[in-house]
Amino acid sequence: MNRTNERSNDLAALRIAITGGTAGLGLALVREWSARGAAVAFVARTPGSVERIAGEIPGATGIVGDVSKKTDIHPIALQILGRLGGLDVLVNNASSLGPVPLALLADTDCEDFEAALATNLLGPFRLTRALLGALRASAAEDRGAVVLNVSSDAALTPYPHWGAYGASKAALHHMSAIWREELHDEGIGVLSLDPGDMDTALHALAIPDADRTTLRKPEASARELTRAIVAELHELAQQRKRSHETRRQA
Amino acid sequence: MIAAHEPIQRPPDAKLLAIDATGRITHWPRRAFPALLSRGDLVVANDAATLPASLRGVHVASGRNIEVRLAQRGSLDPEDVRDFAALIFGEGDYRTPTEARPLPPVLAAGDVLALGPLRATVRHLCGHPRFVALRFDGTAQAIWRGLALHGRAIQYAYMRPALELWDVWTPFAGAAAAFEAPSAGFALDWALLAKMRRRGVEFATITHAAGISSTGDEALDALLPLDEPYRIPSSTADAVARARERHGRIIAVGTTVVRALEAAAAPRGLVHAGAGIAATRIVPSTQLRVVDAVLSGTHEPGTSHYALLGAFVSAATLREADRELETHRYRTHEFGDSVLVERAALPIRPRPAQRHAA
Repeated sequence: MNRTNERSNDLAALRIAITGGTAGLGLALVREWSARGAAVAFVARTPGSVERIAGEIPGATGIVGDVSKKTDIHPIALQILGRLGGLDVLVNNASSLGPVPLALLADTDCEDFEAALATNLLGPFRLTRALLGALRASAAEDRGAVVLNVSSDAALTPYPHWGAYGASKAALHHMSAIWREELHDEGIGVLSLDPGDMDTALHALAIPDADRTTLRKPEASARELTRAIVAELHELAQQRKRSHETRRQA
Repeated sequence: MIAAHEPIQRPPDAKLLAIDATGRITHWPRRAFPALLSRGDLVVANDAATLPASLRGVHVASGRNIEVRLAQRGSLDPEDVRDFAALIFGEGDYRTPTEARPLPPVLAAGDVLALGPLRATVRHLCGHPRFVALRFDGTAQAIWRGLALHGRAIQYAYMRPALELWDVWTPFAGAAAAFEAPSAGFALDWALLAKMRRRGVEFATITHAAGISSTGDEALDALLPLDEPYRIPSSTADAVARARERHGRIIAVGTTVVRALEAAAAPRGLVHAGAGIAATRIVPSTQLRVVDAVLSGTHEPGTSHYALLGAFVSAATLREADRELETHRYRTHEFGDSVLVERAALPIRPRPAQRHAA
């Protein structure tokens, strides 16, 4: 494994918030960024899990909240900003499958569809919007600013039984693309990436009889996503350097 | 003027009264603000996000209900959240205008205040029965959590619906610092920032812990604004220097930005980057060293905000503006209309003519 650029404390200057941070990919990201020195805040719904992970990773800030609830968003954002003193990277990772077990769209209850949209689309929209000012300030202060929305191949491929999840992830993917265009001039990068099929509790809920040996470890996906975020931060730094030079010449 | 009762940050019919450097008064739709800027100008806003600074609870010794309004802390350090200055109100809620709210029970050093999940101890009174220094129990993390879960935005009696936190965060709010909204920033949204950028106008932010604007008590109001911590990023100090270099104007969005930039003033109209405390009041006799114009809400004579505008233009010009605001039925208070006041070119401080030639 190539870890030449992944020294301990190489992310020490960065402040990151990760939703869905007590299990699967989110937890792997919390561990990866904490181990590499970043200031980390993570969000999850269950107080017990938040407490357990916060105890396990000293220094990480655990926040109890449900991103699918409109009234939880500002309390979550306030704790992120309060504890980290600002924000450089936001990972919208918390996801809902919709109906469990997975169902044909024709058999999907509206409430389950709405729950998938609330967690996978509206939650990331609201939380990103609430934190956009902090991200703009980070970009302006030459720290860089990246939003990563965790997507899925189900956003592009119409898998039967994955209607609520796939439709919500497709919308998230498209929203990310539009936001990427709109925020380019603010110096904020927006990514939408597929971490692959991972051996996680969410995957086990969706496909209980999957052959787990064929699934990726969430730690591997977390490192890959981290590389993508770091690359985006690097690209944004280049963009800022070019615009500083243009400004000097103007 | 008419009170703005609805928590709508950018009503489509919002108005803007502009006073230019010659004292001439003009009226605009507020969304035309970018048209009043020139290539090379720098607009500086306060990116403070508003804290849920109103905490309901009980004064343990008397068993009586109280409302605590956090009003001041020593710095913007995320760890520095144990000690606050606060105003304490007695029974009732914001539907009663603050001037009619009962006093809290008699408070003394050592009194414990139970505020939902938070507990605080009165350290001492600050020269008034409802103005105290208090200290929260617990870690910084527990205090942030307690504020987030139990606190509410400070409310105003004239608002129809109760204010939620999202009502009082400006679009670019990013630092958990203000006790009341830096509401001049309500005038700006992301589309307006993009429009300014296309016109060659720069935008930058500072963070200033905007404090309580009024308490309903004359003796307390005389103490306002309290000393307030601020932070000026080096990128913003650089932007000020660039604007000076090209003879652009520095336009502050809100009185808090005027306070912070003037507190950080360095020679030749520059500012020092870094953290500081804005301690001096800006009044008609204040010599402005950095800020050329201020975008602000509409303010009533007698308030500290109004006094600050007097540093930009003469009392006679302000009185004329007041008459215009009345005649044209401008709305006042946090969600009201706006004024853009440019510093009088003469006689306060002569400037080279090319400053306005952009």
